[in-house]
Amino acid sequence: MSRIRVRFAKLGKVRWTSHRDVARMWERAFRRVQLPVAYSEGFSPRPRLSFGLALPTGCESVAEYLDVEVAGDGVDVDVRLLPDRLSAALPAGVDAVAAAVLPPGSPSLQEVVDSCTWRWSAVAAEGGLPPGEDDLAARAAALLAAPTAVVTRARKGVETTDDIRPGILDLRVLGSVACPESRDSGESGGDPSPAVWVEAELASKPRSLRPAEVMAALSPGLEERDVRRTHQWILRDGARREPLTVGAPDVATAAPHAWERAS
Amino acid sequence: MTGPDRRTSASGGPGATLTTDMTSLWPQIEPILAQVQKPARYIGCEDGAVAPGTLEGKVGWLLVYPDSYEVGLPNQGLQILYEILNERGDARAERGYAPWPDMEAQMRRRGLPLFSVDSHAPARDFDILAFNLSAELVYTNVLNCIDLAGVPVRASDRGPEDPLVVAGGHCAFNPEPIADFVDVFAIGDGEEVVGQITDAVREWKAGGRTAGSRGRLLRDLARVAGAYVPSCYDVVYDGADLVAVTPRWPDVPARVEKRTVADLAAWPYPKNQLVPLTEVVHDRLNVEVFRGCTRGCRFCQAGMITRPVRERPAAQVREMVADGLRRTGYDEVSLTSLSSADFSGVEDVVRGIVADPSAGRFPVSVSLPSLRVDAFTVGIASEIQRARRTGLTFAPEAGTWRLRQVINKLIREEDLYGAVESAFSQGWRRVKLYFLTGLPTETDEDTLAIAELARACVAIGRRYQRSVTVAASVGGFVPKAQTPFQWARQDTPAELGRKVGLLRDALRRDRGVQLRWHDPRASLAEGIASRGDRRVGAVIEEVWRRGGTFQEWSEHFSLDLWIEAMAAHGLSVDWYVHRERDRPELLPWAHISAGLHEDYLWQEWQDALVASGTEDCRWTPCYDCGACTGYGIEHVVASATPPAGGSQGTGQDLSRGGEVPVTFRAHRRELAEARP
Repeated sequence: MSRIRVRFAKLGKVRWTSHRDVARMWERAFRRVQLPVAYSEGFSPRPRLSFGLALPTGCESVAEYLDVEVAGDGVDVDVRLLPDRLSAALPAGVDAVAAAVLPPGSPSLQEVVDSCTWRWSAVAAEGGLPPGEDDLAARAAALLAAPTAVVTRARKGVETTDDIRPGILDLRVLGSVACPESRDSGESGGDPSPAVWVEAELASKPRSLRPAEVMAALSPGLEERDVRRTHQWILRDGARREPLTVGAPDVATAAPHAWERAS
Repeated sequence: MTGPDRRTSASGGPGATLTTDMTSLWPQIEPILAQVQKPARYIGCEDGAVAPGTLEGKVGWLLVYPDSYEVGLPNQGLQILYEILNERGDARAERGYAPWPDMEAQMRRRGLPLFSVDSHAPARDFDILAFNLSAELVYTNVLNCIDLAGVPVRASDRGPEDPLVVAGGHCAFNPEPIADFVDVFAIGDGEEVVGQITDAVREWKAGGRTAGSRGRLLRDLARVAGAYVPSCYDVVYDGADLVAVTPRWPDVPARVEKRTVADLAAWPYPKNQLVPLTEVVHDRLNVEVFRGCTRGCRFCQAGMITRPVRERPAAQVREMVADGLRRTGYDEVSLTSLSSADFSGVEDVVRGIVADPSAGRFPVSVSLPSLRVDAFTVGIASEIQRARRTGLTFAPEAGTWRLRQVINKLIREEDLYGAVESAFSQGWRRVKLYFLTGLPTETDEDTLAIAELARACVAIGRRYQRSVTVAASVGGFVPKAQTPFQWARQDTPAELGRKVGLLRDALRRDRGVQLRWHDPRASLAEGIASRGDRRVGAVIEEVWRRGGTFQEWSEHFSLDLWIEAMAAHGLSVDWYVHRERDRPELLPWAHISAGLHEDYLWQEWQDALVASGTEDCRWTPCYDCGACTGYGIEHVVASATPPAGGSQGTGQDLSRGGEVPVTFRAHRRELAEARP
């Protein structure tokens, strides 16, 4: 039994599918490429896939991961070819960008991922005033300087309050021009309303902090659009690394076209 | 729910110019998606879908399923026509679904019209809006979709600039309740007639859609076999009674005969079944193994209107399954038909699928949605349901042998118990039983026998399993057009409610039996829409105008809307629904023919009233229902003998029910149960 870790992107219209939808896409894709995925036992055997942090419906990502268990020792799986084969079997907008066999005993994605980098555009909420770049930058600085940032959110219909400040590891205002790579999917709505681009590194432990919560603390009159996860990070000994490093010698990377599509 | 303002149409409207270039509404749609439930309903992108493209030089069809995406997407009829049309060089078909009310509210607020999910093109860009009518309670959604498209809801208000509104599907066998809103109905199998409609519309476009051309197009279409154009017929009443439906012109047929595809092997569709990106009902590969059913269940409209039986060759079934699994990545295939265990050689076919080495290294399960259940078929089920084993479903439909003879569902108690024992002994822990209540001649003894059967099944299960569940699902019977029960009276909601109450009381202390029932009020609304005449159209329009969409969904259903609309238009619910008809009465659908002789239907109704069964003509001599003889076609059945285990009506002693197994149906009701 061996495990393969795959890094993938989710871009364009397909971003409106849910985490569960994505899991089903992968189950079908593995069957289409005939990967010998291990199945659970019992009356309802399920393929053994494990996904990391759920990506909220509506968000894009160039840094999603999953681990798949392969039956037997997986010797007949050529990992080098896997990203391209999988991308061909996946819906448009979901592309495998890298894959590698995990060393035995590797911890799961849920265990190891500590934080994520997100990028989004801040736009006026309905009926609100458009954001000002300088104003937003000042608010971001104030938020980072504050000891606490209490926001209220509805959780299963119950209002709860949370201090999200400890989860905001970094927060930067990038400017009011769209980042070119954030528009390359060509399907981001073409909304002409003024937007200011924001980037943040948010903790995923003890729970995943979401860009929407940061926006609530930053400026109630604004909301987030074109949200994209750009990285997931493992923090260890003061350094951070990704669950799969594209370009590392033991990591199979998709043909350049797929990576360009995704990054 | 308060409906949005229906008086203003969403876009277009009279005077809008015709466009051939498709405009994508995606930039306007996407910003709304964060604010609606299940946004993936609106994105398209399914594997197998046509890529966004142009309608330039083509006849554009928007195929609309007038219910939510997750109910509509798997519809095989729509997918078959989608492929057939897109294979033509002169047509382009895209798909649309009824937006959920939260989405509709956003669309109306922003002036966004109904759109296709393929190119996200506005509905008015298409030449034809075609609706699939699988259930009567979707009629108000049909009106809503036409209105959201920016097209006048009444056919008589449409001009040459408006798309043609077409409808087909099982409910088209009584088209009258929505005849005022539909330009052309396609009666019966649609594979061939869509081509003829395309030809006519192509000519219409080539002629420039001039003033008056719409009427000429409709009259041309009225001469196409299987096409029914309501505006070409005059309807005459005498007081409450319908006295005549007559063609306005001599070249328009007095009676519209359904279309029937004689050889299913010539139509191996869908070849590229759509694989949705989000969860839908029946999320698996579906391969139709035969069309039509001659078991002759007297309540079953599907069985009556789809005769004769036309099997797909087993080799083609195998090929479609193998190709489909490879292409889609599904690990489950459903062999669909109205009674799949009756498919010749079903055992070999299903074993072959499970054992097929080309299927790869993952387990594949086969589901037989309408499996006849006896030891034979439960045996197959245990072998083939490898990937998942949830529950088995049996449909005895009625509690006593007498009542099952009335409805011609010839199953003995021993057959049911044998099947249930087989299921529980082979590892299943859950069995579902489906029943109808409110059937003709039903007594309280018949109703209470449902509780007895369910209880006995639990007792059998406990011999094999520590904890078993028997779910008894009870639906209110709604008589349907073109069946032997088309003359029957329907029970009132109070009567149905009382019968359900009897069962609840009887089963109060039985922990192993879960009783479920369909809302008797919804059965009443379905009754109004099922056997209504053209006057009911005003009622449907009023229910829609008052916000009554998604009437198939309990959270949106409102009987009050229907009752008030009937009263407002001076129509009697009793007269339409709770009244037994007599033979001389002209039925509103008499000018639509499913090929069945009225003599046959009437004789079946008379036999029902004396609890006398009729055999399945697939394996026994013809009793001339009319479906084969009238159209010069025949059953296409590979095996002249019934499958192992016998079948309904094949040589058994009808006085005691014979060796008749139960059927095992999941699909349609599974769908109903999937709804909250």
